[in-house]
This record gives sequence, structure tokens and C-alpha cells, in this order.
Amino acid sequence: MTLTATHPAVPAILPPRGGLFGSLSDTLWRNPKLLLFLMLTPPLLWLGVVYLGALFALLLQSFFSIDEYSGLIDCRFTLKTYGELLQAANVDIIVRTVTMAAAVTVASAVVAFPIAYFAARYARGKWKVLFYLGVMLPLWSSYLVKIYAWKLILAKEGILTWLLAKLHLLGLLDAWLSLPVVGGNSLSVSFTGTFIVFVYVWLPFMILPIQAALERVPGNLVEASSDLGASPGQTFRNVLLPLALPGVVAGSIFTFSLTLGDYIIPQIIGTSRLFIGQAVYAHQGTAGNIPLAAAFTVVPIVVMGFYLWMARRMGAFDAL
Amino acid sequence: MKSFLKSFTAMALALSFSGQAIAQVKEIGAGEGQVNIVAWAGYLERGETDPKFDWITKFEEASGCKVNVKTANTSDEMVALMNEGGFDLVTASGDASLRLIAGKRVQPINIDLVKSWSTIDDRLKDAPWHTVDGVHYGVPYMWGPNVLMYNTNVFKEAPKSWSVVFEETNLPDGKSNKGRVQAYDGPIHVADAANYLMAHKPDLGIKNPYELNEDQYKAALDLLRAQRTLVGRYWHDAMIQIDDFKNEGVVASGSWPFQVNLLQRDKQPIASVIPEEGVTGWADTTMMHVDSANPNCAYMWMEHSLASNLQSDLSVWFGANPAVPAACTDGRGMQTKEGCTTNGMDDFEKVKFWTTPTSKCATQGDKCVPYYRWVSDYIGVIGGR
Repeated sequence: MTLTATHPAVPAILPPRGGLFGSLSDTLWRNPKLLLFLMLTPPLLWLGVVYLGALFALLLQSFFSIDEYSGLIDCRFTLKTYGELLQAANVDIIVRTVTMAAAVTVASAVVAFPIAYFAARYARGKWKVLFYLGVMLPLWSSYLVKIYAWKLILAKEGILTWLLAKLHLLGLLDAWLSLPVVGGNSLSVSFTGTFIVFVYVWLPFMILPIQAALERVPGNLVEASSDLGASPGQTFRNVLLPLALPGVVAGSIFTFSLTLGDYIIPQIIGTSRLFIGQAVYAHQGTAGNIPLAAAFTVVPIVVMGFYLWMARRMGAFDAL
Repeated sequence: MKSFLKSFTAMALALSFSGQAIAQVKEIGAGEGQVNIVAWAGYLERGETDPKFDWITKFEEASGCKVNVKTANTSDEMVALMNEGGFDLVTASGDASLRLIAGKRVQPINIDLVKSWSTIDDRLKDAPWHTVDGVHYGVPYMWGPNVLMYNTNVFKEAPKSWSVVFEETNLPDGKSNKGRVQAYDGPIHVADAANYLMAHKPDLGIKNPYELNEDQYKAALDLLRAQRTLVGRYWHDAMIQIDDFKNEGVVASGSWPFQVNLLQRDKQPIASVIPEEGVTGWADTTMMHVDSANPNCAYMWMEHSLASNLQSDLSVWFGANPAVPAACTDGRGMQTKEGCTTNGMDDFEKVKFWTTPTSKCATQGDKCVPYYRWVSDYIGVIGGR
């Protein structure tokens, strides 16, 4: 009281500052909700109109059909397009893509886990930096250049064949290539080649989440496990893997969905048999069959919906 | 979008019979300062890719019309851009051109204003893909055949027939062609199969490879299914095909003179041939938008496209054939008589030019299989169905 009495010139509430900027700043400070509203409106509009709007427009298209006689789009509700989606050739495409995505995901996880484990547990200092650089470096260079490089590595007269010939292991490659489905004329024109390149390209997306998950596993748990007499295998199965599983699942979401949607790798490396992304491209681009293209895009959305639901149940989002 | 063609063709017929005359330009005035052109990649070069290939700079200097190029990758993109408007000219292929005419997106050309019209190849002057009911809707630009490319180390003599890519056989080096041939990764390849059957199974009664009834279509698909067992990878991108001929042991495939030229420049043992069955091909036309804002510059460009070094140098650049035959020989650019022969200049009659298959067709009583089914069935064939 005495303080205010001795300084009567300082009021408890300052008068409003003059000027447009000043009063604007005052208003926003007094109404935090208005500020929040103003800050969130543009991104929400983006998300709502541009992002979800486009998605719904797409969904809507898939319920239209193409008129067989004129080739014009018939904008009436029908399930005919989804019927077409279930034709044998189209089911082939879906099964092929989902199988490839699953195989790529499993292989990425198997390859990524030891790398991530080493990085999380043993790499220190400059080795850690080197590790991050090694994992991220391929992401900085052009995706197309990497795929073309792989095409040359896997070609019939390419580096890999040359190397195997020097090692007198060509018979092994030929035996593998003579297998049905995974084989082909050379690695670059077989599903094996497509698979290798997919795993290569998406691997960083698997390593990083696994490493993040492994770093959160306390080291003393692993030590406690071995103190209690568990073999390394048992420790891995009962301690490490369950605790790192959310990271593996999070990584698998990336590799699975990216493989599901990719249309460039299978076009350059593989047997020319279509994947979902290529089918969408062919139907909307050259055939003008936008309803069927839209129906094809719904497939990855549904598959990913199931996948995310399963992932949630396995706790992949608990760390978010 | 290509399957829209059917309905538009019908509309075009109706329109042409109703005798509607669309206004055309009567005389060329002063240039407007610019011209906006929709073109295929590589069609309009101003020396930026390779300083030797420039057919725009001189035009801009002489006419004062700045050339603005919008590159399109597919015929559908071209049609969409022209529908949007804002462009003066487009280099439309056979499938897009009729659609543009039918949709009234392009205007008739007053050929009296194009001084070099008389120099155009007689075989192209009245071509059905730009002339409807005697009215010209464009100026021919370039054309080319889809040739059979082969490796000269394997084929000491040029293969005579397309059978090397359609049927399993032993090539001259004694080994099977299995896994050593390629085919085009586009539904239009069905027409190549039909073209082959036209010569080898005359009892099917195919008159035009783009007009197939159900039985003929089925026979073509069966041929393509047999081809699937021979083909490791279908080609889609010209550069990938070039790489496959170098590194993948591919020795024969349908191809464009573009790839043949690039491989030969690279000293590869490659040559091409037009087999006895004939080939399919493409032909492009410069067409003018109905609401062109810069008609004077547009007309000047059309004249330039015929009279300048464009025809000659572009035919070298793209491995295509000029619409003006003199461009092969008169030294206006880099093209030579031999070069034109390589590109297929003398084989016009053997080329069945690309058109969109529609269910309305003259040769099979309007019971043809439309293009959208070619698309879905060809996907099935490649998938092994």
C-alpha cells in the first residue's frame, strides 16, 4: 500500500496503446481464443478443403461409371466400377502390390533392426554422426538417379552379373532366376529386382523409427535380463523386441504405404506387370477411365486403414 | 479421354452436315508480339538443350513474336490445355486433332495465307486427321513410323518380318528370341499385333488395325499373350529402351527412329527396318485455337514451321520426317536425303497412322472394340492373363 501511495502516477491498468498495431496487439492479448482462431484457420482450411476435399472428390468419382459406348463419364451413383475392380486382371494387380508391400516391409525390418541396434547402443561421437549421414545420404540424392543406377547394377550385362561371374557363382543367380514368379530374364526384369530396389529405397524410413524406439529402451533392462539367466535370444524375444515393437510398426507404416503407392520403381525395374500406382496412372491418363482409377486409389486407403488399426492395437502410436 | 473421340466424331459429322461455316482469318496483319504454343517435348527448341538445334530465335527476331512454349506429355494433356484456352497453337497428334476439331477448339486454316503450303508433302495435304469435309484445320508438322529396331551383330541381314517379336523362333545366332525382344508398353500396341495378323491371317478379315471386331480383337490379344512369354520387360520410356539394348541383351523390338538415331550416334550395332507387314506410325499437325488472341503471330509461325530450318533440323533432332519433303535435300538445315530415308521418308504407304479406336468403324459394320477396352485388356495381357 505504501508503495502505491508513494508512486500514485503508475496506474494498475495501463491505458490502451494508440495506433493500429498497438490496439491489434492488445486485442489479441486480451482474447487468446481469437488469436488461436486466427492462427488455426488457414491450416484447417487447407486440411479441410484442399486435402480432405480432394480425397472426397476422389471417393465420389469412384462411384461414377464410364459409359461403354461413348466413353463419357456417367455421373450417377453406381457400384459398377467396383465390380470392374474385382475382375481377375485387376485383383491380380491388387494382390501383387499388397504382397510386394508386405515382403518389402518384412525385409526392411529384418535388415534395419541390427543397423538401428548398433546405432542406438554402440555408436558414439563421430560414429553416430557417420551413421546418421550414412542413413540419410541416400535420401538427399534424386530418387530417379538411384533407381537408374540400380537398373545398371542389376542388368543382364551389369555389375552384379559380372561380379558373380568372377566369383563363379553365376549358376546360383541363374537357378534363382529360373524360378517361377520371382525369376525372369535378368534381375532387372524380375520381381526380385523390384523387391531389392524397393527395400533399398525405403530402408531409411525403417531404420530411423526403430533406432528412436531402441534408444528409449533402458540398458539396465537388458542387463537385468541376462543377470536373471536369460540367453541373448531370450532377452531379444522377451525384452528388446516387445519394447522396440512400436518403432518397428511405425517404420513398417512408412515402408508399406510407400510401396503400396509407388509407380516409378516397378516401371523401370521389373516385369512390366502393373502395380496399383501404375494402374491408376494408366486408367486416368490414357484411357480417361477416371472412375476406375479412383476405385483403384480407394484400395490402398482401405488397406492402410486396416493396417493403421492393427498398428494402433500393437501400440505403435503410444509414443506419439 | 481418348475414348471421347467416338462421340465427338459423331458430333463432328453432324456439324459438318449442318453446313456451319466458322470464320477464318482473311489476312495477316502486324504481329501481336507473342504466340503461345502447346507442343510435345523436344518439338520447339531454341538452342538451350543443344546450341545446334534452334528454330525459334530467328523467328522471334524476324517477326517480333515471342514464342511461349507449354510442353505437354500426352494427347490428353494437349486437349485439356486447349480446352482451358489461352493458347494460340498446338502440335496435335492424330488422336488429339480430330477431338479438337469435333470439340470446336480449333479453327479452319486459310491456306492461302500460308505461303509455303504448296511445298507440303502431297501425301499429307489432305490427310484425314486434320481435314474434315474438305476444310483444313491445321498445317502438317512432322510424322514418323514405329520401326523394327534390331542388333546388327545378331541379325546379319535385316529381319523381314515382325514375327521375330511376336512368335518364338531361333534368331540367326542360333539362340531363341525368348527374353531378348521387347514390345511397347501401351495399349496401342494391340494395333501392331492386328497389323501382323492382317498379313498372316487374312481369313480374320482385318482391314484396318485400329478397327477390330470382337473376333479379330481376340485373335490379336492371343498373339499378344504369346508375346508376353517372350518379353522380359515392355518399353515405355525411350531412354530405358536404349539402356535395355545396351545392357539387357535385348536385340529386337518395335521402336522409334529417335532411339535408333541415338544408339547409332553412340556407335552401337543397331539398325532399323520396316518389315514386310508394314508399320504403325504417328503424324502431328499444327492447329490454331478458335479464340486465338495472337492470330497474326500464329499464322507467321505456321509459315515459319514450313519454310525455315525447323523442318530439317527437327527431323534430325527427333528422328522424324518433315512435312515438307524439300527439307530433306535443300540444305536449309542439317537433314540429308539419307537421313530422311533412315527415318522412313520413303515408306509413307507402309505406315498405318495412329487413330483412336472407337466402336463406330466403317470396315467392320460399326461393331469395333473401343479404346478403353484396349487399355484394360492390355493391362491384363501384360499381367499374364
